[in-house]
Amino acid sequence: MTPRGLHRFAASTEAARDGIEQVVNALRQHGLGGTPLADVELVLAEVVNNIVEHAYRGREPGLVSVAYVFGASGLILTVRDRGAPFTANSLPAGHAVDLALPRHQLPEGGFGWLLIRRLTSDLSYVRRNGFNRLRLRFDVS
Amino acid sequence: MCLSSRIEDEVMIVTVTADRIDAAVAIQFKEDMRNATAGGPPRVVLDLAAVQFIDSSGLGAIVASMKQLSALRRLDLAGLTPAVDKVFRLTRMDTVFRLFPSLSAALAPEQG
Repeated sequence: MTPRGLHRFAASTEAARDGIEQVVNALRQHGLGGTPLADVELVLAEVVNNIVEHAYRGREPGLVSVAYVFGASGLILTVRDRGAPFTANSLPAGHAVDLALPRHQLPEGGFGWLLIRRLTSDLSYVRRNGFNRLRLRFDVS
Repeated sequence: MCLSSRIEDEVMIVTVTADRIDAAVAIQFKEDMRNATAGGPPRVVLDLAAVQFIDSSGLGAIVASMKQLSALRRLDLAGLTPAVDKVFRLTRMDTVFRLFPSLSAALAPEQG
């Protein structure tokens, strides 16, 4: 049987923390651990934080769902929400942030997509029927 | 409050007692750092040995903690666990902060 599961939680910072912990615990029970699990946890935190802070900004608080499936191509996470679509229907590039700046001008954000892109093997995004669907693949066995 | 602080040999040591610095605590962390580092010696060492997880919000809160120090003071980081160290390296923030493997390494006399 293919290990798979689905978790849903409210798109609030507090609920997101608990929801991410539940997904991480489920993945751990399927044998994922160490650095690969730490990477998945970080990516999931960044993706869900973006949904809380951007997709649902100024809207009724909604839900986030996270589905996972272990397959031949690794671990695939599918994250859905009913928030606003990404600008121009495409994912942020996640460019390196310029740090050659005086201390008081150093950026305090803009690192999320850099981390997501560096720690995933594959990313795809579609907007369909009012949903955002982000699919993330991790090369884990 | 997820911080404790003390002064040792003219260095302010701030120890994070929480195991996560994430979006849920980032704003509180920044405020706690502001209170913990108000006044005191010019060098502040933030001991992160207890922290098992940090995300970009937590990273931003540490950057903000440095920026809210007066210009003559500095913030060094010590005891980064592997997951925390990785976030600093991937974002190149390891080029902004001095990172020490442990608090004792951060407090050791400078070589040479």
